Amino acid sequence: MRFLVHLAGALPLLWLLFDFFRANLTANPIQAIEQRSGLTAVSFLVASLACTPLAWLSGWKNLTQRRKALGNYGFFYASLHLLTFFILDYALDFAAIWGDVGQKTYILIGASAFLLLLPLAVTSFNFWMKRLGKNWKRLHRLVYLISPLVVLHFFMAKKGDFLRLSGDILQPLAFAALVALLLSLRLPPVKQAILRLKSKLTAGES
Amino acid sequence: MIPKIPSSEITPKSVYLSRRSFIKAAGVVAGSLALAACGVTAPEAEQPTSAAPAAAESKSDEKGNPATSYRDITTYNNYYEFTTDKAGVADLSKNFATRPWEVEVGGLVNRPGTFSVDELVKKFPPEERIYRLRCVEAWSMVIPWMGFPLAGLLNAVEPSSSAKYIRFESIFKPEELPGQKEPWYPWPYQEGLRLDEAMHDLTILATGLYGGELPAQNGGGLRLVVPWKYGFKSIKAIVKIELTAEQPATLWSSIAPNEYGFYANVNPQVDHPRWSQKTERRIGEFSRQATHIFNGYADQVASLYDGMDLAKNY
Repeated sequence: MRFLVHLAGALPLLWLLFDFFRANLTANPIQAIEQRSGLTAVSFLVASLACTPLAWLSGWKNLTQRRKALGNYGFFYASLHLLTFFILDYALDFAAIWGDVGQKTYILIGASAFLLLLPLAVTSFNFWMKRLGKNWKRLHRLVYLISPLVVLHFFMAKKGDFLRLSGDILQPLAFAALVALLLSLRLPPVKQAILRLKSKLTAGES
Repeated sequence: MIPKIPSSEITPKSVYLSRRSFIKAAGVVAGSLALAACGVTAPEAEQPTSAAPAAAESKSDEKGNPATSYRDITTYNNYYEFTTDKAGVADLSKNFATRPWEVEVGGLVNRPGTFSVDELVKKFPPEERIYRLRCVEAWSMVIPWMGFPLAGLLNAVEPSSSAKYIRFESIFKPEELPGQKEPWYPWPYQEGLRLDEAMHDLTILATGLYGGELPAQNGGGLRLVVPWKYGFKSIKAIVKIELTAEQPATLWSSIAPNEYGFYANVNPQVDHPRWSQKTERRIGEFSRQATHIFNGYADQVASLYDGMDLAKNY
């Protein structure tokens, strides 16, 4: 299981590098790297969010031990996304970045999500887990805020209008639905209802 | 602020790198940007596809900007009727028949009619127009179209005095254009121009690319090209042209009216509400360059908008 997570974490990068050296990243490779790293990052964030509810449902405790690695891969691809934007796209021309997009809401939302993710990545080492104790869990609940921000950033980078449900919104809509589902499963009444239902079902079986 | 420098000065030909050589160069220096900045010239020409006409790389626009490669023009397409994946349009459209192609011209005209493209190119011999194309997504290309001024066709159908606008409509065939099955868009694609914009000599109906036929992924059988406007105005696969008294609705302004206007003139001073339009990336080049008002065609078209507030009429 641990191996599978690391394999899943490495594959998108290897695939991206493979396509890069084969010149298979469309006629606009910088944009392609930006978009693929972003999509990979949000996928890993959602995967890490899915671990806990799936562990309740399946009773497979091993899953909860994988969510940290999945979250860290999310951070890794988010960093790649950010570095591509700063270095490849804008060649570290901060005046141009500020003039171009610094005042744009979707960039600010994406940047906030990344800044909030940063302390989670830093404290993902066991040293910090021990040191922070209960607060570690509290701190890492920031992901409940980060994931909606990331989905909003995704919506706003697409040509379409999510309030009117029109345009190029299918992908962000799918991620929004997943995040909404995974967060609402954590609401105590929902969680208890599911666990009750599960124990009834398993009792029926035996 | 980005200084206002002509694009030809920002990106001299010597710095111009083809995408492949950029990738190669980037591989050699492993991410260092120094090489690109020193003006490394392309060691190897782009491999033209079998359909690419000869001497494809030597064309350039009136400002000396080299034409984008045939391969890039035909494999990087914003054509949501097929897919939102720009690299996927060429494959999905390979069985789409661009000939025979007919367009119905009607509305407020004295001589309405249906014309085949074969008929049109006989009547209005296509000429090569090498135009810059600036996408609203902040990338751009230089494209050697073959086409004829729309004014010729409009004069032939004799607009009545009440005609003030032109409405264009694309083909609607969800079984062949799978993106049209998506419920998020008010298909078919439609676009519009003011009559004086449509009559302007820069406005063409394109029937070809790089001296050959217009590929399906680029809007064949017949597409509009209005080089001073964002690319989405240049509607593809036109089957209907209608002259109207009222300003027609357009697909993108129906989807997001606060983001996509009727005019959609290229303008670095008027941002898209969500992203900037100050700079653009020329496909095949590495660094961004300044975007110019009316996409560099201000001398020819700025007078069409005298006295208009371009920030309001975006």
